[in-house]
Amino acid sequence: MTTTAEPTTLEVGKARVRKEDQRLITGRSRYTDAITPPGTLHIHVVRSPLAHATITGIDSTAAKAAPGVIGVYTAADLGIEAVGLPAAWPITPDWKAPQRPVLASSTVHFAGEGVAVVVARSAAEARDAGDLVEVDYDPLEPVLDMEAALAEGATLVHPDLGTNENATWVFDSGEAGTGSSATDAVAAAEADPDAIVVKRRFRQQRLIPAFMEPRSCVVDPTGEQLTIYAATQIPHILRTMTTVTLGVPESKVRVIAPDVGGGFGGKIAVLPEEMLCVTLAQKLGRPVKWTETRSESLLAAHHGRDQIQDITVAARKDGTVLALDVKLLADMGAYLGLVGAGVPILGAFMFNAIYKFPAYRFSCTNVFTTKTLTDAYRGAGRPEATFAIERIMDELAVELDRDPMELRQQNWIKHEEFPFTTVCGLTYDTGNYEQATEHAVATFDYAGLRREQEQRRASNDPVQLGIGISTFTEMCGLAPSRVLGSLSYGAGGWEAASIRMLATGKVEVITGTSPHGQGLETAFSQIVADQLGVPFEDVEILHGDTQISPKGLDTYGSRSLSVGGPAIMMAAQKVIAKAKKFAAHLLEASEDDIEFANGQFTVRGTDKGKAIQEIAFAAFMAHDYPDDVEPSLDSDAVYDPDNFSFPHGTHLAAIEVDTETGRVNLRKYVCVDDIGVVVNPLIAEGQVHGGLAQGIAQALFEEANYDEQGTLVNGTFVDYTLPSAADLPSFDTDTVSTPSTSNPLGVKGVGEAGTIASTPAIVNGVLDALRHFGVTDIQMPTTSQRVWRAIQEAKGRSTQETPVDTHSPGAGLGSIDPNNPPQEIVTPEEGQ
Amino acid sequence: MAQVRVTVDGVNYADDVEPRMLLVYYLRERLGKTGTLVGCDTSNCGACTVHLNGQSVKSCSVLAVQADGGEVTTIEGIARDGKLHPVQEAFREYHALQCGYCTPGMIMQAIDLLGDNPDPDEHEVREGIEGNLCRCTGYQNIVRAIQGAAQKMKPGATSDSEQRVSVAGGGN
Repeated sequence: MTTTAEPTTLEVGKARVRKEDQRLITGRSRYTDAITPPGTLHIHVVRSPLAHATITGIDSTAAKAAPGVIGVYTAADLGIEAVGLPAAWPITPDWKAPQRPVLASSTVHFAGEGVAVVVARSAAEARDAGDLVEVDYDPLEPVLDMEAALAEGATLVHPDLGTNENATWVFDSGEAGTGSSATDAVAAAEADPDAIVVKRRFRQQRLIPAFMEPRSCVVDPTGEQLTIYAATQIPHILRTMTTVTLGVPESKVRVIAPDVGGGFGGKIAVLPEEMLCVTLAQKLGRPVKWTETRSESLLAAHHGRDQIQDITVAARKDGTVLALDVKLLADMGAYLGLVGAGVPILGAFMFNAIYKFPAYRFSCTNVFTTKTLTDAYRGAGRPEATFAIERIMDELAVELDRDPMELRQQNWIKHEEFPFTTVCGLTYDTGNYEQATEHAVATFDYAGLRREQEQRRASNDPVQLGIGISTFTEMCGLAPSRVLGSLSYGAGGWEAASIRMLATGKVEVITGTSPHGQGLETAFSQIVADQLGVPFEDVEILHGDTQISPKGLDTYGSRSLSVGGPAIMMAAQKVIAKAKKFAAHLLEASEDDIEFANGQFTVRGTDKGKAIQEIAFAAFMAHDYPDDVEPSLDSDAVYDPDNFSFPHGTHLAAIEVDTETGRVNLRKYVCVDDIGVVVNPLIAEGQVHGGLAQGIAQALFEEANYDEQGTLVNGTFVDYTLPSAADLPSFDTDTVSTPSTSNPLGVKGVGEAGTIASTPAIVNGVLDALRHFGVTDIQMPTTSQRVWRAIQEAKGRSTQETPVDTHSPGAGLGSIDPNNPPQEIVTPEEGQ
Repeated sequence: MAQVRVTVDGVNYADDVEPRMLLVYYLRERLGKTGTLVGCDTSNCGACTVHLNGQSVKSCSVLAVQADGGEVTTIEGIARDGKLHPVQEAFREYHALQCGYCTPGMIMQAIDLLGDNPDPDEHEVREGIEGNLCRCTGYQNIVRAIQGAAQKMKPGATSDSEQRVSVAGGGN
């Protein structure tokens, strides 16, 4: 057998460079588009250019005659008109859910919806032929504005539902018994001269996840099982949902998620194109492949956010918060995605955040429009909640003329009050807001920057300084299965793991999570190395193939480490328990006398011992083992968490605003996050960096806009402006740790923290720079033009003279300015 | 069909291609060089960046026939004599990649940048990779990696961090 080096120090906590990287830095990657089995046919989806229209005719004669074309099909041709893609989160018993077809048959409901599919020998031939498919449409009125969509007499997206309302979901702490009535408390505060009520309307613009790898799938029907290769975050769920959707027996479906180039929630989906590939592969008996273009991705892959938030906070004039009332409208788009209806609910329990509100009411109405559907995007519900609460806390501070940090401190849960059960009924296990804040404030030089701000105001400096604060928390680790059940979610929240001890002492770990950039192969290896006392290099993490990893619930919601990690830990502990019996037998000792540490089983009080690798070999040989056990150390575990985990942190942004041009410069960003036990600080820091970039991008750069016809106007990377390296500064990030007590690893989750926290910090900072001009709100993204207009309007100047488009970096090729259609000019009055 | 003769990662090829075929698809579909990736269709993302005759190009913006007679280097051809390029090594060392999709293009652009400017400051690095988008890292560690590689590549710097390329892959 192979003897390997003894591990010397604990792996958890070490800044290991990633195992994953060797392949990826040398181009030895396997993203789905690299997979082309012999005989593969390629599809191109013909998409509607109109947002809302009746299909009056499809002529595919010319397309069918084009070179290399195998066939052109509509839903009727494929017999899939009745198939509906899954919406797995029926948030209320009486929700209204439309059928979401694989291809539209009679009516299209958003620009980008598929109406026909071309199958050809090559992708290029399929696309060429797609241009020859003639589709006749009778245009219908688009439905674009959520409030108008809910008004009496509005055009209905789905007339058969009788309404544009999907559902209204309400949480009221008075009714739930977790607090008092927010409605009563707000009414009382309005009548109380010693109280104040602050109401604001915030807009969560529509965003696009924009993972770098376009979506792709290959369906190979040539084996006994149908193999689906997919650029997905959810191979296990996709497998089950393929059965639910198309009726293929689950045992006949194998899903492989090979290298996946990012997801950010955007690859939590069951795609019409995936179901088309399955249908066509079965029909034609050949592998069928689809890889989208970037433009298709921006147009048709699900979007995120898009809420109107009416927020009311009541407080005593001494600053003590009394009640929070949240009314949301959430744009579902044309159909319901896999979990889209529930995304706002993932935020419902987080609006109260770190503050001790005694009364809370949340109400969200989901609305159908003729736009691309929305679903999970990094943070899913929690960035929206955090933005609203952190913005309104600043507004309350302004109204009370208080320092915004001091007001937060007055109201947050004190360290000694943990565990703390919130007004939503969630129990925050651990946290130390004082520690994170103290650390962040010192690093940031909060006092010094406040002094500089005063000086700039006093000297009327053309470049004003603002300080933005966000003291966020979030709930991670989806999720206790019973909690999900109580919310009518379409699955549990457990995670599975298996450990195989190979004959030569190497260790294979199978996880049901599905990493796609998070570095979990490295982090999980560190955990297993410590648990089993084996070298880090000897651990191999297997995932992303339902034949290798048959059981799992995949990767989203910052769950992989906090739910998948404990599952692996439990499997490791079972391996050790089994190995102990072998060790006792081989060492001729009582099992009670066997001790295990650092990979060695020893007999207490003696120098007799055996390494775990020797035990693994003995179990493999099975020549000599105890009578009452099976000859194997291999173990499975399923972990179902008892509670969520609650990362938190203090984020501080120093924002310079050029008041003459409106340009916003993020000068300094400091964050101190409490993510519990850190398994790998290098990877954790990377997750924070990337999260910050996406949250900051929401505040400053990104927005998916539709014109009055319902056409997405930023459907390329020219117009949908992801930040480049030149648009961002380096961040000053750090962590403090109060280990979670909700899971045995003490971890909290880090994948979404930066995104959730950073957006309000930026917007609070922009406004803080401009408050003294009378600017009270600027919609996101706070582009130069919007900032400039807000300053001009606050000064009472006309802004009819539109400055040269400066709406965001990299833009300029778009024919219209999507961020500033004339009807959307924000005035301070509207901003309230 | 048009003929293209090209050297890619040190190997000579002669192929008949459709005149409209982009270099990136020639590399991926005809030569099997799938390490070079496609991330967009408007030449914004830079995932497909390779070197053509020593200069970085977005291979989605070059026709295969335009590379005729030229020399192309991809991410698969920069490790030499079994050793990673210092920029590859730095990307790993500084955790400059997560999902890895922008990485090949980013590394190729970084090498080009360091060829023009062997000791760039942070601002120069950020400007120099502006044409390559990353959605995972927030760029901070990419910037660090490129500056770190610059130090390693300076004349006289030791190359002790270079590691043998692992053929079977995996853990280091």
